[in-house]
Amino acid sequence: MIETERLGKRYGTLQAVDDLDLRVTAGQVLGLLGPNGAGKSTSMRIIAGYLLPTSGSARVCGHDVVRDPLNARRALGYLPEGAPSYGEMKVREFLRFAARIRGLRGIPRDRRMGEMIALLQLEAVLERTIETLSKGFRRRVCLAQALLHDPPALILDEPTDGLDPNQQREVHALIRDMARDRAIILCTHALNEVSTVCNRVAILSDGRLRVQGTPAELEAQSRYHGAVSFHAPANALLRELLARLPEVQEVEIDPGDGRVTVFPRAGARILGEVQRLLDAQGAKVDELQLERGRLDEVFSRVTGHVATARAA
Amino acid sequence: MSIPPVASARDSRRLKRGAFAGVLLRELRGYLITPVAWLFTVIFLLLAGALTFYLGGLFERGQADLQPFFQFHPWLYLVLVPALAMRLWAEERRSGTLELLMTLPIRPWEAVLAKFLAAWICVGVALALTFPMWLTIDYLGNPDNGAILAGYLGSLLLAGAFLAIGECVSAMTRSQVIAFILTAAICFLLLMAGYPLVQQPVQALGWPVFADALAELSLYAHFNAISRGVLDLRDLAYFLLTIAFWLTACVVVLDTKRGA
Repeated sequence: MIETERLGKRYGTLQAVDDLDLRVTAGQVLGLLGPNGAGKSTSMRIIAGYLLPTSGSARVCGHDVVRDPLNARRALGYLPEGAPSYGEMKVREFLRFAARIRGLRGIPRDRRMGEMIALLQLEAVLERTIETLSKGFRRRVCLAQALLHDPPALILDEPTDGLDPNQQREVHALIRDMARDRAIILCTHALNEVSTVCNRVAILSDGRLRVQGTPAELEAQSRYHGAVSFHAPANALLRELLARLPEVQEVEIDPGDGRVTVFPRAGARILGEVQRLLDAQGAKVDELQLERGRLDEVFSRVTGHVATARAA
Repeated sequence: MSIPPVASARDSRRLKRGAFAGVLLRELRGYLITPVAWLFTVIFLLLAGALTFYLGGLFERGQADLQPFFQFHPWLYLVLVPALAMRLWAEERRSGTLELLMTLPIRPWEAVLAKFLAAWICVGVALALTFPMWLTIDYLGNPDNGAILAGYLGSLLLAGAFLAIGECVSAMTRSQVIAFILTAAICFLLLMAGYPLVQQPVQALGWPVFADALAELSLYAHFNAISRGVLDLRDLAYFLLTIAFWLTACVVVLDTKRGA
C-alpha cells in the first residue's frame, strides 16, 4: 500500500505540498485530481523517491521512502509525468536495462518482458529507437518499465495523455485489471478516467487535499446531483410551473442547446414530481434524464473556479 | 496487503551489482551507438598525432621517448574531456530521464560511479589507440618502456580527474553548454594552480600558505611528474583522491537537488 502522513514540500516561500495525508490500500485505485501546479506531481515524486519531503513522511508497502529508499522503490512501479525514456535506445534495450536494474535476469526476465510486450502491444516496435516512436508508444514503453517487476504499488502520472481513445480504453482496462491486488495512484486531468477506473478520488488544490471520497460521493456533492434535465421547446409557462414545485430549487435553460435542468432542494428527489407535471401539461420532452452529479463541477468548485461551473 | 519480505543479503547484493552493471552497460552502449565517443576518439587521435609531430617535434628532438606526445595531453583533454563529461547528468536532467533513473532501486553513488567508469573506459580506449606512436618509437630507437607506460598511466589519471570534475559540474545544471564552460574553466585553473597564472594573484592577496597549498594541487605538476616516468605513490594518490573527491561532490550535488 501507499501512505503519506502530513507530507509537506516547500520550495523557498512556496508550499507546494501541505500536510498531505493519503492512504491507498490494495484493491484501491485513487484518482488524484487537481489543477496544474496543485502539487500532484510533486507529491508523487516524493513517494517515488525523486524528491525529498521537507516535512512528514511517505511509505510504500511499509518502507519509508527516505529511510529505506531502495526497498520502497523496489515495491513501487512509477510512470513519471511525461513518460521519460532514453530516446537513443531501442525499446528492447530499454526494457532490458530497466529489468537489469530491477535485478531481473535470465528466464524470469524474458518471461516478464514477454508479458509486458504482449500486454502493451510493443512487438512491432521492439527494435525501433524510442525517439522515433509516436507519443502513444513512448508512453506505453515507459508504462512497461513501470510494470516490469510486478510491483504491489503503482503510481501512474497521466498514463493516458497522448493516447488515442482505443489505447485509452485498453490502458483503463489494464489498470482496472491490475487494481485487484495492487494499490494504485493515478494522477490525471481526464475526469472521465476517474469515473471509469478509480474507486476513490482525491482533489488537490494549492498543495492541500480538499476533498476525498468515492466517485459517487463526490458526484453527490455536485449541485447537479439528483437534478432532472430534458429537451423541450421553449415554454415560459412550463418553466414557471416547474420552478414553483415545492422541492425544486431552481430551473436553468442552457442558452446553447435549450436543455432544461431542474435542480432539487438539498437532498430532495424530484424526478416523479417533474414527470407528473410534464404529463399534466402534455409537454413534449426528449431525453429526460436524472443527473448523477458532475465531477467537473465539483472539481471547479473545490479548486476555486465557480464561474466555469455553470458553463459546464 | 502483505508486505513483501525484506530482500535477503544475497538478493540485495545481486540487485546492487545489477543496478551498477545496468547503468555501466547502458552508458557504454550509448557511447557505441551515438557519435559522441567516435568523434571524441577520432579528434583525439588526429590532434594528438598532429601536435606530437608538428609542435612537439618528435623526430627532430632525436630522443627515443614520448615526451612530445604526452606533453600536449593536458591541453587536448582540456577541450575534449569536458565535451564528453558535460552530458553525463545535464542531459538526463533536461530530458527527464533523471527522474526515471533516480526512482529505480539504485544508490546515487552507484549511478555516479557507473557513469564515470563508462566515460573513463571510453577515454581509455581512445588513449590505447595511440599505440602506433609507441610502436614507432620502439622501432626507431630504444626507449625506456617503463617511462612510456608511466606516461600512459599519468595521462589516463589526468583524464579521469577531468572527467570527475566534469561529471560533478554536469550534475549541477541542465545546460550542457554551461557544464562544458564551467568544467573547462575549473580544469584549467587546477592545471595552472602551481604556475604564475594562478600563483601571482593568490600571492598578491597575501596568503602564502594558501598559495603553497594551491601549488600542491596543481594537476599539471603531478601529471608531469608521472609522465616523466617517475611513478611516485603520492602522485598516484593525488589523482585518485581528486577523482574520489569530485565524484563524492557529484553525489552530494545530486542529493542536494532532491531536497531543493
